Amino acid sequence: MRKFIVGIMAAALLGLLLAGCSSEPQKEAPKAETSKATEQAAEQATPEAKPEGAETKVGFIYVSPIGDAGWSYAHDLGRKAVEAMDGVTTSYVEAVPEGPDAERVITNMARKGYKVIFTTSFGYMDPTIKVAKEFPDTVFMHCSGFKKSANVGNYFGRMYQARYLSGIVAGAMTKTKKLGYVAAFPIPEVIRGINAFTLGVQSVAPDAEVRVVWSKTWYDPATEKEAAKSLLDVGCDVIAQHQDSPGPQEAAQEKGVYSVGYDTDMSAFAPKSHLTAPIWNWGPFYTHVVKSVMDGSWKSESVWPGMEEGIVDLAPYGPMVPQDVRDKVEDARRKIVSGQFKVFAGPVKDQKGEVKVPEGAVAGDEQLLGMTWFVEGVIGSTE
Amino acid sequence: MLRVVKRQEPLKGGTPLIVVGALALSLGISMLLLAAQGKPAPRGLFLLWDGAFAHVHSLEDTVLKAIPLYLCSLGVAVAFRMQVWNIGAEGQFALGAIGATWAALHFPDLPAPLLLPLMFACAGVAGGVWALVPALLRLRLRVNEIISTLMLNYIGILLLDYLVYGPWKDPTSFGFPLTREFSPAAQIGRMIGRIHWGILLCAAVGLALAVFLKRTRTGFEIMAGGAGARAARYAHMPYGFLVGLVMVLCGVASGWAGSLEVSATLGRLQPSIMAGYGYTAIVVAWLARLRITHIAFYAFLLAGFRVGVENLQLELQVPHAFGGIMEGLILLSVLAGQFFQNYRFRRAEG
Repeated sequence: MRKFIVGIMAAALLGLLLAGCSSEPQKEAPKAETSKATEQAAEQATPEAKPEGAETKVGFIYVSPIGDAGWSYAHDLGRKAVEAMDGVTTSYVEAVPEGPDAERVITNMARKGYKVIFTTSFGYMDPTIKVAKEFPDTVFMHCSGFKKSANVGNYFGRMYQARYLSGIVAGAMTKTKKLGYVAAFPIPEVIRGINAFTLGVQSVAPDAEVRVVWSKTWYDPATEKEAAKSLLDVGCDVIAQHQDSPGPQEAAQEKGVYSVGYDTDMSAFAPKSHLTAPIWNWGPFYTHVVKSVMDGSWKSESVWPGMEEGIVDLAPYGPMVPQDVRDKVEDARRKIVSGQFKVFAGPVKDQKGEVKVPEGAVAGDEQLLGMTWFVEGVIGSTE
Repeated sequence: MLRVVKRQEPLKGGTPLIVVGALALSLGISMLLLAAQGKPAPRGLFLLWDGAFAHVHSLEDTVLKAIPLYLCSLGVAVAFRMQVWNIGAEGQFALGAIGATWAALHFPDLPAPLLLPLMFACAGVAGGVWALVPALLRLRLRVNEIISTLMLNYIGILLLDYLVYGPWKDPTSFGFPLTREFSPAAQIGRMIGRIHWGILLCAAVGLALAVFLKRTRTGFEIMAGGAGARAARYAHMPYGFLVGLVMVLCGVASGWAGSLEVSATLGRLQPSIMAGYGYTAIVVAWLARLRITHIAFYAFLLAGFRVGVENLQLELQVPHAFGGIMEGLILLSVLAGQFFQNYRFRRAEG
């Protein structure tokens, strides 16, 4: 008998919902998608018979929840720029694990007629290639990998350039000449960033050292904050990071020292300590890719644009960064943008003092993409 | 005033009703949550159904997702039957994946009929031994197995990380944490559609376990051992042996789940195979009330929710966390329903 009552209650609940929801959505519609209010209304009226064909559907797959700062948040800002284009709708799936789940999510997107699919984490590389074989008419763009095929291109940004600039700021602000770097995983992308940061630091403070702690996480505010604290305890007075949570920023602010963020402007989380942050700016690149697919000019390639394209940048300086430091950074930025200066220009030595990039040479992309060694001045191990 | 009283007999024939009612209730609340976010709730319900069960390809996705979950849940349920609170399926899953990968990387040239059994043997041994450790700790040193199995999960996952970041790293992966791709002989192929042969293993393990528990003396002792260690010892049951046995069974089943995951769906070992099946298995086992024959249904159902929620995300852009909330609601309402199968409200007089 009770079960019947429960069943009836559930049915009644559902009935209520059916009646109630038709008026509910209007409230949120303008917030969710400003330019698409009318279309959304149409979609609700006839959920399945939505006129398609005219609209190009663009899908994004994120490795973490979008949240309010960080890697996926930065990609989602890019998605919003694409959403604002004419004749384009976008959607995404967040927090997709990088194993077999990714293959399923990518397949479903392709099956639903998404014309361009951005898979925004390294672990999506093999699934992307695999799924792309089954959907030759869909364009796939994979972020941060090295494989491509007829309809798969890959892309990344030269974040190390912005890391170098943030290193200049950090090197100018440190007093103890000890800087802490909370790093995610010992993969080339992260190692490259640490090296570039260190070279930036050394350009203004030649005898400074950068201490590295691996958190083995991409997004775990508590762990990353603890890792930052361990660096603060050994006397580091600037904390840099390569994860997507502002945990290390908060640790620095609590200790009353400075910090360098990552991904997006993290100053809101630690206004007193946040010097600047190397940040992603995917919008222009994403709109460019989608445009090229729409006009048929897209072709499969590996692209690695840098500061000159605006894909990476520095967040606005905190008020504590003095003008002469800003000038120094802006000078370096100009030289990087014009191609006059390369971050990994020789001589670059590794931790053992072995020359990795000889004087007069510049590390090629191949070497940068497979970087597994630290430059001199980094304290820590790449294992 | 209402009081909770125990029923003299559990409500007969109520189980399907409870499940349906609880599902309807949790779905109802979920839809309410959707509506509160300004999303069209009926369409949400449809999308969930559509993404999980409505097409051949979505059914395939759901079954694929259910396979590792099913194996882990079987193991967890057997251990829980004995009141051995094994939280360690996750770590045993990792060890199984490691064991299978070891075989696949060291004997890539063996033909499939030899290599695949070897991989499963290694996976079973690795998972089983991993599970035996907390059993021995409990029997010899009275270490609480909840703590030890949980801690061993972290160790197992770190071991996996160490191997993939270190000795087993593919030299051509640009430093990324992946092993080499397995040779074709080490990869389990597809049986029907995209569903791999591993489903046969699931059927075999499920059947064998059900028969074992129902029809053998040891199986009976496991079921009875759950009544308590003292009672079991009083009845001259080999309690220590049984605890070790259920742990090893769970370790082998979870290990095979890990083995299938590397061999059938990925073709290599990488850290992201750890998708939490070992923990979700605990939910499945409880939903099934530890009945071996009911686990397939709940594993399929929960896998379906996981898969269907992605469709919901894609079409309505609800947050990922919504899936977790729905799962929690289902567990809560089913457990509550089961409670009322044994208890009822009575109006207190006076």
